Amino acid sequence: MTTSHTDHKIGPPLWLLAELTYRCPLQCPYCSNPLDYASQEQELSTQQWLDVLQQGRALGAAQLGFSGGEPLVRQDLPELIGGARELGYYTNLITSGLGLTETKVKAFADAGLDHIQVSFQASDPELNNAVAGSRKAFQQKLAMARAVKEAGYPMVLNFVIHRHNIHQMTDILALCENLGADYVELATCQYYGWAFANREGLMPSRAQLAEAETRVNRYRAELVERDHPMKVIFVTPDYYEERPKACMNGWGSLFLTVAPDGTALPCHSARLLPIEFPNVTQASLEDIWYRSPGFNHYRGDGWMPEPCRSCDEKDKDFGGCRCQAYLLTGNADNADPVCAKSPQHDRILAARTAADHATAGLEDLTYRNARNSRVFCRS
Amino acid sequence: METIPRLRRGFRFQWEPAQQSHVLLYPEGMVKLNDSAGAILAEVDGVKSRADIVAALEARFPDAGALSDDVFAFLDEASRQHWIEWL
Repeated sequence: MTTSHTDHKIGPPLWLLAELTYRCPLQCPYCSNPLDYASQEQELSTQQWLDVLQQGRALGAAQLGFSGGEPLVRQDLPELIGGARELGYYTNLITSGLGLTETKVKAFADAGLDHIQVSFQASDPELNNAVAGSRKAFQQKLAMARAVKEAGYPMVLNFVIHRHNIHQMTDILALCENLGADYVELATCQYYGWAFANREGLMPSRAQLAEAETRVNRYRAELVERDHPMKVIFVTPDYYEERPKACMNGWGSLFLTVAPDGTALPCHSARLLPIEFPNVTQASLEDIWYRSPGFNHYRGDGWMPEPCRSCDEKDKDFGGCRCQAYLLTGNADNADPVCAKSPQHDRILAARTAADHATAGLEDLTYRNARNSRVFCRS
Repeated sequence: METIPRLRRGFRFQWEPAQQSHVLLYPEGMVKLNDSAGAILAEVDGVKSRADIVAALEARFPDAGALSDDVFAFLDEASRQHWIEWL
């Protein structure tokens, strides 16, 4: 293990993401869960989660996300929310809206839930339901977004953006305004997990992206002019950048994810790396965060090969994303190939060219479901 | 008259021992506040007016002199950020 860090230099994990389950009623082809999720059915018990939350709060975590899979399939969610709120977390529920009811929306508020994020797949029912792989999804999402507002929560609406819905920006923002969203996240696909397997069928072309940015900026300007509080966050794909993102604000710097089976990760994709990560059933969260080899693996810059090692921007972007380096170059130590200085930057350029010529339709994507997952388990 | 500020729904102000500072928490976000921002927001309770807040802070920090310019400027910025709203 190469690290120059000692305990006192590592800041606390301020964000804790609790991936309660990989179970989900939807089949979105860009899901960030592992491809072989179907082989990982183990889930922490209520008591184990409450213990994790308590330890995370003691370490300094203030933001808590309940995520998945679909966290609503956990019957103990109200208990976990209540426990988290009592500990002083700001509690976020990240949900597809499927399985939510007005009664649950109110019960969660009583338990102390601070915020609900509802994800959509598109601004119209046909496309939304086709991407989600569920015929009833859109109507349910609309109803639940209204229930969330009715109950007085602040509301984030999240749209994962790809080549099949990127033309809908204006309609999406109008829908969000109409539903009373406080924040809108237009999150272009990040190519990990299922999205990486489906990259060619998902990645927008540069022309599509430019058009989308124009529309989003126009809508933003209108909102400012009307002094409207809705905030729009547009996460553009790093595949069109020449410098990598400062992924997770640095490895093991702010974010701590706990997967359904208790595996602790520096980000929710890191499970795909050939690194052994600790489990909360075997070590304390403090040990895991400050002292485990998995979390120390890419802290500092001692691990960096060239061109990162001698780069004057290494403190700014930390060499980019380890998962992306691994997926595109086969070695997670390498510079993120998004960087124009990377010797493997041609792989990004090839993906851009492919996006200009892509013809795949929605029906050509591999949807996230147990049957397809078992295929990945075997391969 | 819009003179009484309160935190917008969904925003929570609290002291974080691990960061040794006040923070403002909101959906999936957190602002670490400096001492003066923390002291001002601590007075924002949906009851006190802007003038009451200035008076409270001037009483708490008698050596700081007149504070109304700084307090009003911060509240204007907090309002622009939609952290607070006016009653």
